[in-house]
Amino acid sequence: MPATTGALERKKTESTISGTSLVLRDRGKRVKRHWQLYLLVLLPIAYLVIFKYIPMYGAQIAFRDFSPVKGITGSDWAGMKHFSTFFSSPNFWILIKNTLVISIYSLIIGFPAPILLALAINEVRSMRFKRLVQMVTFAPYFISTIVMVSMIILFLSPRLGFVDHILNVFGMESVNFMGIPNYFSSIFVWSNVWQGIGYGAVIYLAALSGINVDLYEAARVDGASRIRKVWHIDLPGIMPAATILLILNVGQIMNVGFEKIYLMQNPLNTSTSEVISTYVYKIGLLGANFSFSAAVDLFNSVINLVLLLSVNYFARRISESSLW
Amino acid sequence: MTRSNAIRESVGDKLFLTLVYAFLGLVLLVVLYPLIYIVSSSFSSPQAVISGKVWLLPVDFSLAGYRAIFSNPQITTGYANSLFYTVVGVFINVGLTVMLAYPLSRSTFYGRNVIMGFLVLTMMFSGGLIPYYLTVKNLHLLDTRWAMLLPSAMAVWQVIIARTFFQTSIPKELGEAAELDGCTDLGFLWRVVLPLSKPILAVLVLMYAVSQWNAYFEALIFLKSQNLFPLQIILRNILILNSIDSSMMVDANKMAAMQGLRDLLKFSLIVVATVPILAIYPFVQKYFVQGIMIGSLKG
Repeated sequence: MPATTGALERKKTESTISGTSLVLRDRGKRVKRHWQLYLLVLLPIAYLVIFKYIPMYGAQIAFRDFSPVKGITGSDWAGMKHFSTFFSSPNFWILIKNTLVISIYSLIIGFPAPILLALAINEVRSMRFKRLVQMVTFAPYFISTIVMVSMIILFLSPRLGFVDHILNVFGMESVNFMGIPNYFSSIFVWSNVWQGIGYGAVIYLAALSGINVDLYEAARVDGASRIRKVWHIDLPGIMPAATILLILNVGQIMNVGFEKIYLMQNPLNTSTSEVISTYVYKIGLLGANFSFSAAVDLFNSVINLVLLLSVNYFARRISESSLW
Repeated sequence: MTRSNAIRESVGDKLFLTLVYAFLGLVLLVVLYPLIYIVSSSFSSPQAVISGKVWLLPVDFSLAGYRAIFSNPQITTGYANSLFYTVVGVFINVGLTVMLAYPLSRSTFYGRNVIMGFLVLTMMFSGGLIPYYLTVKNLHLLDTRWAMLLPSAMAVWQVIIARTFFQTSIPKELGEAAELDGCTDLGFLWRVVLPLSKPILAVLVLMYAVSQWNAYFEALIFLKSQNLFPLQIILRNILILNSIDSSMMVDANKMAAMQGLRDLLKFSLIVVATVPILAIYPFVQKYFVQGIMIGSLKG
């Protein structure tokens, strides 16, 4: 009797062992059968490792005193030296303030603008007008940052721009818009809206077209006005897409467009236009102060990451959509 | 149906619709006017541009700006370089994107969640400008054409869009059937998936072409040789830093005329730099909304 139970037990364990190994063997087989897929991803993965992960590893330069001879990993450790230099420098609060002003302004204006456009386009019944608006508003997406900035400079220049000509027509003095520090953030934000509104609206239009038509029918039967339809059906319908985009935007709050700001800067407006990314470029690559500038950059990235994680956390608690 | 509609159209609804059309009209005007102004100015005479006579249509039609542009060797070299970077770059971009996105879309691909996490992480955190620069430097890519192609060889967002497209629009059964018929994964990708994926390929080509044609950051930090510069860097020198090679002004002798031509040239340059990339939009437009729609929502 005991022998048989022993045998039974043995049989059981054997079967579980062979069960797991079967799964493993199956997995191995699957990998083997689809080896071509693994071959395909090799090159993209190599790209990610070289151009994304090696720089991440290299971020430790912020804690070292970089010397070109010794390389990143060979340079001497400096601890938090570069960070404390940055925190105590007079530039610190100015940079933080400029960065936050520009990015929060961008978020408040730039985030709802495409939603508004998409909701409006969605109300239009004439297909031709709809397509016209979409096509025209999408066009500025193709304009490069350089061309965009030169357009801004041309339009706002006190001698040449049409804004100036309009001012003169109304008998007003010419204004050197690009030279007035207080105007910088507005010029930046509104020109971004001009350039990105049509492109941004595409995603929301897609979300709107995915809304169940029955909802509109039901609303019509219930006698809902157009405004109520927008409020109770359209807005909730695009909420998930909007939440995701909002999270991504907030996660980028400290990364206001380096290229555009750098190009828009001139000696007259730097007091409000110098942001962390332009500062990093100037002291790092132009001034060859690698470690210090990397520390500033790293500080920036960490703040972004913390913002992203916390917004995502709140989004998950409050609504159903979040990044993960 | 129409009758009941007409009855239900209340005063409030009419007012709301009027507001919507007014808003869209305003948006249309604000977006369109600067574009028209640029194009009209570029075809006007320098004097008309400076004195502010141009407000809608070209005044004293002239091609002086365009003539000056195309006789400038810097600009033509930049143009050729940009064309090269865009064409070669888009091939690399789309290739790598499909190579990663397609396996990630297959449920039979073991480890895809790990790779997905590996990919998404790069969206949230980066090493920063200095380590990025040093990496490119250590690879000896500085001041080579590769610096414009390799560091920006693939974009995470585009991979995610493409993956979602493959996932939602290529039926799983198709893959299984092909497998039973003895079709390899690569064969299936090449002969079945890609022909079915024209919308997403069009979107990828458009997005990557725009970013390659407009790329300026890589050129700014990685390139030093004039003969490698893409058009955008040349544009920056002329349009923003205001440094125009005086040899460009051979046919304009007088100082005032030179200044006028210099201003006019900016308008023509803007047109010339934007038209090529704008020109591909009509061809991919019909795919664009479709591709973005499928791609971005389930991100």
